[in-house]
Amino acid sequence: MTDRSEINNNKPVIKCDSVYKIFGNNAKKLLENSEGQVDAKTFQEAGCIVGVNNASFEVNKGEMLVVMGLSGSGKSTLLRCISRLTDATSGKIFIDGENLLEMNSRQLIELRRNKMGMVFQSFALLPHKTVLENIAFPLMMKKTGTDESINKALEMVELVGLKGRENYFPRELSGGQQQRVGIARSLAIEPDIWFLDEPFSALDPLIRKEMQDEFLRLQGVLNKTIMFVTHDFDEALRLADRIAIMKDGIIEQLDTPDNIVLNPATEYVQKFTQDIPREKVLKIESIMEPVNSNSSQSLTISKDAIIETVAESILNSKETLTVINPKNNNEIVGSLNPSKVVKVLFGNSKTEN
Amino acid sequence: MINKVNQSRPIQFGILFFVFLITYFIIPHSENNYLWRLPPLLKAIPNLIQSLLDNLMFEWFTIPVWDPVWQEYEDKTLFRQITRSISSSVLFLIIFVREIILGGAKTLAVFTSDALSANKYYWPALPWTTVVAGAAILGYQLQGIRLALLAGLGFFYVSVFGQWEPSMQTLSFILISAPVCFILGLSLGIWGFLSKNVEAALQPILNVAQTLPHFSYLVPVLVMFGIGDHAGAIATIIFATPPMVRLTILGLKKISPDVVDSGLMSGCSKFQLMFRVLIPTARRDILIGVNQVIMQCLAMTVIASFIGARGLGFNLKVALNNLKIGHAAEIGICVVIIAVILDKMSLAWANKQKDYFANLNFYQRNKSFLIFLIVAILGIIVAYIGTFYFKGGINYFYFVPFAKGLSISPFLDAGVDWIWETFFYTLNSFNIFLLTNVLVPMKNSYLGMPVISTFILVMGAGYIIGGIRSSIIVGSLILFIALSEYWDRALITAYMATFAVLASAIIGLVVGSICAQNKFLTNFGLMICDFFQTFPSFIYLIPVILLFGITDTSVMIAAISYATVPATRYTIEGLRSVPSELHDAGSMSGVSRFQRWTNIELPLAFPHIMLGVNQTVIFTLMMVVIGALIGTEDLGQLIMGAISRKNGAGLGLTLGIFVSFMCLAVDNLIRTWADERKKLLGIE
Repeated sequence: MTDRSEINNNKPVIKCDSVYKIFGNNAKKLLENSEGQVDAKTFQEAGCIVGVNNASFEVNKGEMLVVMGLSGSGKSTLLRCISRLTDATSGKIFIDGENLLEMNSRQLIELRRNKMGMVFQSFALLPHKTVLENIAFPLMMKKTGTDESINKALEMVELVGLKGRENYFPRELSGGQQQRVGIARSLAIEPDIWFLDEPFSALDPLIRKEMQDEFLRLQGVLNKTIMFVTHDFDEALRLADRIAIMKDGIIEQLDTPDNIVLNPATEYVQKFTQDIPREKVLKIESIMEPVNSNSSQSLTISKDAIIETVAESILNSKETLTVINPKNNNEIVGSLNPSKVVKVLFGNSKTEN
Repeated sequence: MINKVNQSRPIQFGILFFVFLITYFIIPHSENNYLWRLPPLLKAIPNLIQSLLDNLMFEWFTIPVWDPVWQEYEDKTLFRQITRSISSSVLFLIIFVREIILGGAKTLAVFTSDALSANKYYWPALPWTTVVAGAAILGYQLQGIRLALLAGLGFFYVSVFGQWEPSMQTLSFILISAPVCFILGLSLGIWGFLSKNVEAALQPILNVAQTLPHFSYLVPVLVMFGIGDHAGAIATIIFATPPMVRLTILGLKKISPDVVDSGLMSGCSKFQLMFRVLIPTARRDILIGVNQVIMQCLAMTVIASFIGARGLGFNLKVALNNLKIGHAAEIGICVVIIAVILDKMSLAWANKQKDYFANLNFYQRNKSFLIFLIVAILGIIVAYIGTFYFKGGINYFYFVPFAKGLSISPFLDAGVDWIWETFFYTLNSFNIFLLTNVLVPMKNSYLGMPVISTFILVMGAGYIIGGIRSSIIVGSLILFIALSEYWDRALITAYMATFAVLASAIIGLVVGSICAQNKFLTNFGLMICDFFQTFPSFIYLIPVILLFGITDTSVMIAAISYATVPATRYTIEGLRSVPSELHDAGSMSGVSRFQRWTNIELPLAFPHIMLGVNQTVIFTLMMVVIGALIGTEDLGQLIMGAISRKNGAGLGLTLGIFVSFMCLAVDNLIRTWADERKKLLGIE
């Protein structure tokens, strides 16, 4: 995860401008008639299904946006629109400032060969190719030389920890290993933008946890711009810089994990957040008092620490702590009363902030 | 009351049957009564097709063609010119392959020098020992020691029993037809996969092509392409391509959309996506298609011999015509052996998964080929030594000529004689009983059926099963036949098919249900089905003629044994596919074995079993038509007779289409029913 304050905000890598995706024969016409007011029910009566309903957002360079929603919420459809595996019905999508929907197939292929990588829920490995050949596949499509492709693929094999299994076939690998191959393949061309469509949903819980850690490690090294789709709210909280929660094609809320837990925008979002243990999600920053210059210097704590990890030492100290920003010369940014932590841990009422 | 009728299928069918019976007995049998027989309004169709074809071949669009022999231009029709050039290129390929396999490469001389010195270059055939070893090595490479033994022993039999030459003629015929089918089928399949319109257009053509009896292609092909091996090959190609198209489309459609997406996101162009991602992923289905193609090609060998294809099929036809049962059986065994070997090999190829071999060195990678080279050299040396050892012109180490090999036909003939002498009365009385008490009355009752009753029965069934849509489809298919002058013949075909279908469906259901009871029997049953399914259809005629002579009974028994295979197979598969949780749930509810069968297994397996019955119908109709080979008086006989008639092409095609329509009508009913049941059960 990267610190949001450091993100280069000049130009979004992905920009969606009221994107609609509606399935059905006369979708375009219906959409034009509705003048932007799309109601799923009336569309369904007309024989159309609303996949994505007026999605507008930006993803900045190096940011990880997690799109969360239950099945049928349109999250995968949104991702497919942005990778243009399906064409959006209306709206504008910009990749690095270029209009994706106006690209011809040649430009699209070029874009995919150089800038995009994607990981799939069902791994989608080619059964007739070895691990190494699968990983080298996007490079071979680009007509990169064989030696270069193989070397690059070997690098990727090492990156995802599959060394020694280069010449296995997908059928000889476990699910977790297969998805490592999928990840390596999507990274082989060194894309700027990385799409992951429920990459860990088909895996066992223990393996899933392991793969999430692995994924965070990779992102720490690579720092890609990421759109990650999941139906698992915990996973979203664990990984995201920002989360977009979708329902019936509409983005209900798009915000940082902290804000979503603290201030759910709609009832639907609240259903997800109410059972989430806040101490596992919130950072000290979100419950501290703003700068208090009179604080004693005895005990300091990082504003980015997750409450749960530091709760014990805070409660033991019994006095107000100083919150600092370790990334900015330990500048003092606020103070924290242990009673606040007690409230987060044991209070049932909504935390006021 | 009306509510009850609306809900209960059995009551609906009961009412339908009642109405049918009333019309059956009320309608007077008179030629002028249109309720009894429809007027033959479509009588002209065979002649129409014929004259269209003649026009195309002999009159339409003439072009001047340079004749090198007469040194002048001659007017020929374009179409005929095209078909004749196809003929000659196919013929060239067949002869070319044949000469490579059997020796004496005269066609090669065309490339090397002028045609006159052709005989100077003599390309000897490989000794049979080498080919046997080669087959074994290939079998080993594809699957292992068992397939190696099967292939080796099979070719050994073929060679030692003096069937080498016709077998290799048949093989060369397949070696040309099968690749053409493969390329044609694959391209059409890809096209159908890419374009919905093309698929929609292909579907009915494939349906008709697959249900058209083999015989009905023959005359049109004969007219267009002339007589000879090439005509046989072309007829075979028309017959064997549809399954390839179907399996290609099916295989490509089955690919998970994620794999397509992953290809796209890897930056594949359309071409790369098709040939680097889709086709390799669908490899297994496509290779199963190849297997089907090969089996269909073999099934055509005898039938193709009617228009001049040489090989085992031709010899078999001659032997059957002369009632040399022992000899025919010997050739039949040969055909079966080749069929089983080719079937197993192509299946092994389809199921073989690619292995990693880049880390092997040259010798390891090409081990099999190197061994084959050594064996080939050894074989040639042995054959050379043989020239000194065997005096009298025949080198048995090189080639065993026809009629000089071993033969079991005397034993077989003796066996046949013994069976005739011992069981004559039993068999004959069974035969007579079946004919007089079952077949003849059944036939007469079919022939005594007014046309309006038939329509009530068929369209009513269509309405009950699939509503007005099915009713109209089925009705119009049958109407086409009813308006021709061959309605009575069609009724005879229908009676034979009905009897055979009923018998094979019952046998298949019983045998299949017994087999499905435990794992061992299941595997055994499926193995037997696999084995019998490789037999080309006409093989079944040999033993039945042997037992029952030339009667309807023979055809019936052949059709029943041929069609029981799919009925049994689908029953086993359907019953075995019932989820084990349901078995457990049944056991915990305290069902007995029989209750489990009737209440759990059969209802769930019903849609799949119905598909088996569907196959059974197609198989029986094919067999009933082929039965014309040993004499019946239904449509089949007319189709076969068409070969020697002036308007044969039109007649053969029309009658073939009648049979095809009968298949399609039944197919429509059964499929609609099975699909509905499937939806109700939530399968798929």
